[in-house]
Amino acid sequence: MVDFALQGGAVVTAEAATRAKVLDRLRLSDAAFRHTTRAAAFGVLVLLSAVIISLIHGSLPALRTFGFGFLISERWNPVTDNFGALPAIYGTVVTSLIAMLIAVPVGLMIAFFLTELCPQWLRRPIGIAIELLAGIPSIIYGIWGLFVFAPFLQETLQPFLINTLGNVPGIAPLFAGPPYGIGMLTAGLILAIMVLPFVTSITRDVFEAVPGVLKEAAYGLGCTTWEVVRNVVLPYARVGVIGGIMLGLGRALGETMAVTFVIGNAHRISASILAPGTTISATIANEFTEAVGDLYTSALISLGLILFVITFIVLAIARYLLLRIERRIG
Amino acid sequence: MPDQISASRYSGRRRNDVVAKVLAFAATAVGLGWLVLILGVLLWKGFSGLSVAVFTEMTPPPGAAGGLLNPIVGSLILTIIAVLIGTPIGILAGTYMAEYGRYDRLTSVVRFINDILLSAPSIVVGLFIYEVMVAPMGHFSGYAGGVALAVLVIPVVVRTTEDMLTLVPNALREAATSIGLPRSLSITRICYRAARAGMVTGVLLAVARISGETAPLLFTSLNNQFWSTNLNAPVSSLPVVIFQFALSPYKDWQSLAWTGALIITLAVLALSITARALVATGKQS
Repeated sequence: MVDFALQGGAVVTAEAATRAKVLDRLRLSDAAFRHTTRAAAFGVLVLLSAVIISLIHGSLPALRTFGFGFLISERWNPVTDNFGALPAIYGTVVTSLIAMLIAVPVGLMIAFFLTELCPQWLRRPIGIAIELLAGIPSIIYGIWGLFVFAPFLQETLQPFLINTLGNVPGIAPLFAGPPYGIGMLTAGLILAIMVLPFVTSITRDVFEAVPGVLKEAAYGLGCTTWEVVRNVVLPYARVGVIGGIMLGLGRALGETMAVTFVIGNAHRISASILAPGTTISATIANEFTEAVGDLYTSALISLGLILFVITFIVLAIARYLLLRIERRIG
Repeated sequence: MPDQISASRYSGRRRNDVVAKVLAFAATAVGLGWLVLILGVLLWKGFSGLSVAVFTEMTPPPGAAGGLLNPIVGSLILTIIAVLIGTPIGILAGTYMAEYGRYDRLTSVVRFINDILLSAPSIVVGLFIYEVMVAPMGHFSGYAGGVALAVLVIPVVVRTTEDMLTLVPNALREAATSIGLPRSLSITRICYRAARAGMVTGVLLAVARISGETAPLLFTSLNNQFWSTNLNAPVSSLPVVIFQFALSPYKDWQSLAWTGALIITLAVLALSITARALVATGKQS
């Protein structure tokens, strides 16, 4: 720039003109890039709104016809165009509940193993192996569940449950009926395997974030390993663990293909968890392409809307809790 | 006497400790056991049906021999469309969040929403695309399937791009600015280069995620028994064919479903292991 000033006036103006042009162009492209990225970020919000609006739009005919009764009606009859969401909602909640009842304790114990008991060199391989479970596509769980797991349950676990817990007064209705193999219990068990990695990896991360000083102090008082985990690590990591559980629950509620294979697709509410049932996602997956008539299609989209609202709330709570613990760690 | 009490108390505590440790071992064994069991069965059943014909022949009618050529090609095409649409949007959005608006309100809202989209049920995405593409167009199409998968790609890419760009040291940006580089060039030429391994990982993870996705394809790209590269018509895809064939009563179809399942799983595992390796080398350097 000093050079320019020393040269003749004419040259300076010519140079300055090209310089200004280049700078202008850069300023333009800079602003364009900035605004493009901003638009893309907005695009994510637009995407979510579009999903919600289109689902509401699609479900209007059914909601207008059935009103609030759609949520609490047990009927599901495509022939008479009579639809209710209760069996699907019930199946979704029950299968997810079974999944969480199994995945949470098992996931917590694996995290306990990985953070406190496992030798250092083995932690990464085992952690990765558990996370690979999360990478297996859900349709693989489905085909495996249908051909391998369901027949296995039909011959072993289910007769056992019927003969033992099926005779215990009070909980007997839960285990009544013949062993079908497929059904809500099978779906719940497969969901448990599928959400296990989510619960495990988040629990492990928050366990690892517990300050060593706290644990050392507890050991110094003479606590056993289990007591340290039970009384120091778990309370400290509580918020994060609940966040991880909610994240897993969000997955379980919305999981489609694995459940579709093994749930049995029966639109009824049975007390027995061995009986076939259906879930929201399985109903949509099974019936959507075959749905004739606007009302049928609309009823299925309404189910989708209900599913989306439920999972949105669960996932939002999960994210909020995890955000809180991230802030504390960070 | 007090000694005995404290001794018995201690043995009780020790017993609990041992029980808990054994349970932890057992839980881990169960978790790993499932992985081995699933992969084992998959390899066993899948390999028995694996042959050259799988990759060279079309899906057969029931009772005939055939392969999986059209669903494999269909899946590849759908994945490419999804990546072509989803990656630029995801990278741009992630760029805004990490570079321009790191402390914006918009960024924290988008991050929250994006994390929810990341785990939102994929079948809902299928319904969404059905509503906005299939119903107005009047027919199922490969385009709709590709866009549905793109919707699943975006959150994954947004997340990894933001994370990776946040890791780029500020000194690099300051150096770029100090030699007079405009912001956009310092991002595209400097920051993208520094974060490249991580961003590629994001795309690989996204591909791994969508290559097994079935639910969003069921009523967007549907399925096609025949060879077709017409994207304006239904396109066959591997996951949907597996779904259809596995639930059929025909032995040939079921065996092809297992083989297809094996192919998908191997592809997904290869992708996620590559992604991990990329991240690992990125961390070392």
